[in-house]
Amino acid sequence: MNDPRPYRRPSVETQPDYLYPAYKSTVKRAPTKPLVIPPQTLSEVTGPLFGHDDVKPEEADLTAQHAGEPIGERMIMTGRVLDESGNPVPDALIEIWQANAAGRYRHATDAHDAPLDPNFTGCGRVVSDSEGRYRFKTIKPGAYPWRNHYNAWRPAHIHLSIFGHGFLQRLVTQFYFPGDPLLEHDPMFMSVPVERARQALIAEFDWGHTMPEHAIAYRFDIVLRGRDATPMERSK
Amino acid sequence: MSVLVTASQTTGPFVAISFEQTQIHDVAPSGVSGERYVIQGRVIDGDGKPVEDAVIETWQANAHGKYAHPEDTREKLLEAAFKGFGRVLTNPQGAFRLSTIKPGRVAGPNDTLQAPHLVVLVFMRGLLKHLVTRIYFPGEASNSEDLILNLVPTERRSTLVARKMSEGVLEWNVVLQGEAETVFFDY
Repeated sequence: MNDPRPYRRPSVETQPDYLYPAYKSTVKRAPTKPLVIPPQTLSEVTGPLFGHDDVKPEEADLTAQHAGEPIGERMIMTGRVLDESGNPVPDALIEIWQANAAGRYRHATDAHDAPLDPNFTGCGRVVSDSEGRYRFKTIKPGAYPWRNHYNAWRPAHIHLSIFGHGFLQRLVTQFYFPGDPLLEHDPMFMSVPVERARQALIAEFDWGHTMPEHAIAYRFDIVLRGRDATPMERSK
Repeated sequence: MSVLVTASQTTGPFVAISFEQTQIHDVAPSGVSGERYVIQGRVIDGDGKPVEDAVIETWQANAHGKYAHPEDTREKLLEAAFKGFGRVLTNPQGAFRLSTIKPGRVAGPNDTLQAPHLVVLVFMRGLLKHLVTRIYFPGEASNSEDLILNLVPTERRSTLVARKMSEGVLEWNVVLQGEAETVFFDY
């Protein structure tokens, strides 16, 4: 059996380092010994696959999971899952989780004294369609304080976890909102080395998907690692 | 056309609100063939403290050495009930536990066979991108000829091999920093 066609290594400037002291939790959790760089094998280029049967349609609507409607600004979160070559990634599982409109998570250890919303859990899942498209309906999350440094506030954000077609495409990231003054003070956002890669974490206002008299839409494309050209493609 | 890979960001401390419902503790439901193991361990930070908000994801072949994935084109038996994916969270003591079967050997680099192993991803608050590592099985003769294990400095190899606690129970820890730091891979 031939060795598998490898995934390209991510360009270093697009990804944060493990150790980023301004984000204090990295100091005791980042590896300190050199990472080992092995060849990619069948074990990493494969990975769990998901399909439309794995999620229920209602999991894409975080505003309809309880008896009443959650408080806050309704929003549509939509975009495409692509690989580095711009090819759509169909059947990608996207899981999201977030704070409510007041900036509070439904989690026992969230000690922020903002109110919980009985009509909002803050979790959703979808599988991308044949063109790599996905869409969630949710509530715009609030900013919230954290104890990383004095007067530290996380900009409003939605967490995303994505499975592509191989374990090496696995990605967990965060979706931020345009024009947020907290972004430049946020060590998680600022841990991304280059400006262009940071800007790509900020969703764009999407007029086309905005639902008149109902909900503003934001567009956020997710780009997973792509693969090297095959030897045949290279010789072209 | 080339577009930038989306930057990784941490799962943060509240990932459990989502992943708690989608944990897969039992990777091999009853009826799946193979030698059964419970793999348990702890995730420990640089102060030796338990990591209470980690996510461990595992991926493996079935007992015949076949991945449930179309890129595994070898003619080996697939078992419909076995997907090969596990996901567990750590508890306040930093402990996790999953049950599975020992995978068969799968193709490795240069026409070799790899020793039985699980690929493991580790996520948590404080990790701006996830860690990748592996779990190998103790007492496996093929460990000595595994090309990936052989790339690891000899004195650190034991961090990738689970320890036998009792019949069918293995221990494997994730040590993030220090003398016994787990070997992590960069692909």
